[in-house]
Amino acid sequence: MTEHLVLRVISKLLVPPILLFALYVQMHGDYGPGGGFQAGVIFGAGLILYGLVFGAQAVQSVAPMRLLVTLACLGLLLYAGVGIASMIGGGSFLEYGALSADATHGNHVGIIIIEIGVGIAVASVMTIIFCVLAEWR
Amino acid sequence: MDAQAQGPRAIDLYVDILLIVLLVAAALVVVSLRNLLAAALVLGIYSLVMAALWVVLDAVDVAFTEAAVGAGVTTVFMVLAIAATGRHARVTHRRPWLPILASLAVGGLLIYGTLDLPDFGDPQAPAQQHVAPHYLGQGEAETGVPNIVTAVLASYRGFDTLGEVTVIFTAGMGVLLLLGVARRRRMDARDDE
Repeated sequence: MTEHLVLRVISKLLVPPILLFALYVQMHGDYGPGGGFQAGVIFGAGLILYGLVFGAQAVQSVAPMRLLVTLACLGLLLYAGVGIASMIGGGSFLEYGALSADATHGNHVGIIIIEIGVGIAVASVMTIIFCVLAEWR
Repeated sequence: MDAQAQGPRAIDLYVDILLIVLLVAAALVVVSLRNLLAAALVLGIYSLVMAALWVVLDAVDVAFTEAAVGAGVTTVFMVLAIAATGRHARVTHRRPWLPILASLAVGGLLIYGTLDLPDFGDPQAPAQQHVAPHYLGQGEAETGVPNIVTAVLASYRGFDTLGEVTVIFTAGMGVLLLLGVARRRRMDARDDE
């Protein structure tokens, strides 16, 4: 898609704010609408927009498949890891209150960490599916 | 009922009717289109209208997801899948009476079922009587998170959400293993020639 000048310029302008907005949605999910899932999809959509205009190879040079798969696993493991950590802290699986001496504080910290895990996993899975489908001919 | 209380509700009703008409129109267009690419794009419009409807229903978190996943990413995935396969649906001259009858019957049953549902937002509805009062009353004090949707999804229903993330992860790995590995094998075979 090298000939579409307008598309190339506009998407180049749009991708950074989309990625930034994803991070905002990720960290603001406690207070406003959004959270890890929405943030992950928006982050993935930013990369997918880039890939649609410049090709999946361009996305792969930023985020190689090996990195994406690692991140997808890490995100899921981060979520499950918080569950294990709260068991070590003396609670049951995913009982974040046990993460800290103050149950409310522990809950808040647990929620933030698992939302980050969800965001990482969803963003990488969306990008993986896009790259695989785009290169499937 | 005074006019002040009625005003916003009347607007809500008009917006609801407009959005639902658009929704049904989009669904009918998708079914009637033979061009799969056009059908995928109209499905994107369907999702966008649906997102607006979620906003009207005060479900902004769901609207967010619907707009990003339904209208955005899913449309791209479908367009890519169509680009990799074929653009036109196979035309059949058979009238699919049995499927039409089955979907009309199921649709009719569902509409009949909605007659028994409590009114929208009814505080006496069973769904509002179970654990919802506890979540709404104690949620912020127990989790430190003001957005009750996040508190329910991430903390009270944390195990469900872990399951959801596992489903998404499995979907990604499935696509990668089925399509990615097959493609790599083909590329290797091409290199060998």
